[in-house]
This record gives sequence, structure tokens and C-alpha cells, in this order.
Amino acid sequence: MAPPSAKRSGSNKKAQLGLFAGYLAAGLGATLGALLLAISLWRPETFNGLRSMASDAAAPVGEVGAASRVGSRNFFEAIAGYYDAGSKNAELEEEIRIARVRLAEARALEQENERLRAVLELAEGDIEPVTTARLIGSTSSSARRFAYLSAGSRDGVETGMPVTSPLGLVGRVLEVGRSTARVLLLTDTDSVVPVRRATDNTVAFAEGRADGSLRIRLINLGVNPLKEGDIFVTSGAGGLFHPGTAVAMVTEITDDGAIGQLLSNPAATDVVIVKPIWQGDVLSEMEEPLETEQTEE
Amino acid sequence: MERLATNARRDAYGSKINRDHSPVLAYGLPWLTIMLGSLTPLLPVIAPAPILPPLGYLLLLAWRMLRPGLLPMWAGLPLGLFNDLYSGQPIGSGILLFSVTMIALELLELRFPWRSFWQDWLVAALFIPVFLLASALFSGASIGLGQAPLLIPQLLLSVIAFPIVAKMVSLFDRMRLTRVRRIG
Repeated sequence: MAPPSAKRSGSNKKAQLGLFAGYLAAGLGATLGALLLAISLWRPETFNGLRSMASDAAAPVGEVGAASRVGSRNFFEAIAGYYDAGSKNAELEEEIRIARVRLAEARALEQENERLRAVLELAEGDIEPVTTARLIGSTSSSARRFAYLSAGSRDGVETGMPVTSPLGLVGRVLEVGRSTARVLLLTDTDSVVPVRRATDNTVAFAEGRADGSLRIRLINLGVNPLKEGDIFVTSGAGGLFHPGTAVAMVTEITDDGAIGQLLSNPAATDVVIVKPIWQGDVLSEMEEPLETEQTEE
Repeated sequence: MERLATNARRDAYGSKINRDHSPVLAYGLPWLTIMLGSLTPLLPVIAPAPILPPLGYLLLLAWRMLRPGLLPMWAGLPLGLFNDLYSGQPIGSGILLFSVTMIALELLELRFPWRSFWQDWLVAALFIPVFLLASALFSGASIGLGQAPLLIPQLLLSVIAFPIVAKMVSLFDRMRLTRVRRIG
């Protein structure tokens, strides 16, 4: 059935004008959108304030959601209690997964310690986390991979700080509002993390591929020494990420490196830890390179 | 005096006596639902890849098709801006795409003024892929041709979800016209 033809103005002057004004307004809207898009692609940080203000305003919604995610999981766990074997199995599997990552991290730490002791006779102390918070949402319908964190400048979070979970690195803080922050997840195509193999010093870059996996590109090209199952940890190069945090496990070998599966799947993490920038004092002295690195994203 | 039959005092939108439609509800509900749809990124789903359909956009399409003229043509500007604030897209991408959608639907309606389930779905199935591809292009994420299959699950899911969204919108539309305002 055709709807009433209010669209046809006929000889009605007022209707003609209204129709024209409608097209004009929509056209102006589109033009404005194109302009803003050009600006935000050219200078991505221009509208950060606006965006973090908006996510601050809507954070309570996300908080409720995140709380209910934990709550509903408890509810389902109570039901799953009847199917004891299955849930216990899942629990043990989870434990083994954590243990495996821990083992790789421990090996990496051991090696790191050895190297440091050998070179400088220096020992890393335990890192005091800035804050613990929840991931309250992610850009699940966009091609970019951002997540929203339930802590902001009020909790001491600053741009560039690494975000980790017990299983490994999750991402880093991209912009900070008062009570929320936006996190660039490792799987975003703009995220590049310097990594090394946990067992030796094969250094590489881990780039996001936007589909939950990472592309590991070796810095020294030649014979590809990687094997499936190799674990990569942060190398600490660049000064942002603490060395020895687990990042990815190799699942597929390519010509110039490998495809790695993310170890700390952010979907499975409730609570994350925000750590201070590893060599913040050094980095703040070299403010310039950090600035350009941020703006390039 | 002529008396109305008792069943003439009520209709699907509630009692006709002493009640009237609320203009706030009647004109505000489409805006409210589309804005709520744009808040999907705050759902507690941490997706490793683009998965969820762009609910805000689907709701805009469904409202525009169900009630042409209810949303003014410039609605793409504020709704697109709101969508951009949360979707993770660079600001401007939603404004541009929402506005262009409004204009395109208007022109399409001049040519094909009819309505049917299949036609609406077909139109949505044309608009959604264009929206998703353009969004991916504008997002600034460096996705090569090799990674284009990444978008396919989301695309299919969105196209399949459209009839459900349209059905939801028709429920909202009944709610929109409920007589809640007390007169006299």
C-alpha cells in the first residue's frame, strides 16, 4: 500500500518550501558530517574531550551492565553447580591455561633477571598498580577495537598506561575522562607492541588484525625460527609496557613471522589492572616522540 | 441521545474518553529508541572482532520506513553525532552516513512509494552493507582486501536482524500512540 502522499507538494507553495528546506537541511548535515570526518581523520585527537565527556555521562549504564555480567554469571554458576563435573572441568581447564601463561611468564622473568643481573646487577621490584577497574564495554559494531574502562583521571589513570589482566596484556589507555577511559585493545589495527619470545631474545612487533588475532612480525628477517605454541611476552622496548607480560601464542607461521592468538581475551576478563607507564620519567623527558606516536593513531 | 457502543470507547491505543496522545511520547520515542540503540557499545560484550549489528542505524532505517515523515530529514545530524560518540568511529562518519541515508530513502520513496515486508527488507539489505563498508572505510582501521571477510559475519547478522528490529519498531510504534495524557 502506498503511504499518503505528503511527499508530493503539488502547487502548495508552503509544502514546496518545506520539502526544499528538508533536502537542504539534510544536505547541510551530510556536508557537515563529511567535514567533521575529514577533521577527525586528519587530527584524530580533536574530539577526544567530547567523546570522553559522553562516555563519562553514559558510564552508569555500562557499570550496571558490567555488574550484571558478573551477577548473571554467578546466577548461571549456581545452576551449573548441578552439573558439577562439567563446570569443574571448565574450571580446571581455565586454571591450566592460567598456569601455562604463568609458567611462560616466569621463564621470561627468570631470563630477564639473569640478563639484568649480568649486565647491571639490577632487580625489578613489584609494580604497584595504578588502579583496578572493569571493562564496561567495547566498540562491538565498529571495525576499530576500543574498550571502555570504568576508571578515569579520578583514579589516577593517564594516557598511555598499559592495561593488563591476570592472563596478560589487554591494551593501553588512549584517552581519559573523569570516570571512564578508552582503551586501545591489542587487536586494533593501530596497536603495535614490541615483543620477544619468552624463551629467547627473538624480538618482534605484535600488530592487531582486528579479528582477535595478532600479526607477529620479526625484526630480524632470515630463517623464521618460530614454532607453533611459542609464547610472546612484552620486551619493554619503547618504555610503555613492562617487560615480561604475556601477549600472544603463535598459532600459524607466515613468511615474515607468525599469526598469534591473544592470550588474555578481553571478552573473558572482568577486572583489569592499570599499571603505570614502565619508564614514564624517561618518556616524559622525551615528550616529543610520545606525542607524535599518540597523534599518529 | 445517540450512545456509542461500549467497544467504540476503546481502541488498540487505550481508552478514548478523557485521554489523548502525548506529543512528547509520540514524537520523542523514535529519537529515544535510536539513541538507546546507539549505546550498544556499552553493552557488557567485549568483542574481539566487529560482531554486533549497528543497532542505532537499523532502528533509524526501521523507523524511517515504518513512519515516513516522523523523523525530519535533518535527523541524521544529531542522531549520527550521538552514534559517533560511542561507536568508536571517528566523529563525522555517523553524521555523514545517517544524513545520506535519510536523503537516499526519501529519493527512493519517490520512486517506489509502496510498502511490503520483502521490499523493506530488500532496501535494508542494500543500505546495511553500504553503511558497514563505508564505516569500515572511514574508521581509520587499516583493513586490507585480505581481511574483508572479517566484516561478513556482522553484515549477515545485521541483514538477518533487520526484520526483528522492524517488528520491535512496530511494537514501539503502538506504544508511541498510547493515550496516556489526561485531558479535562
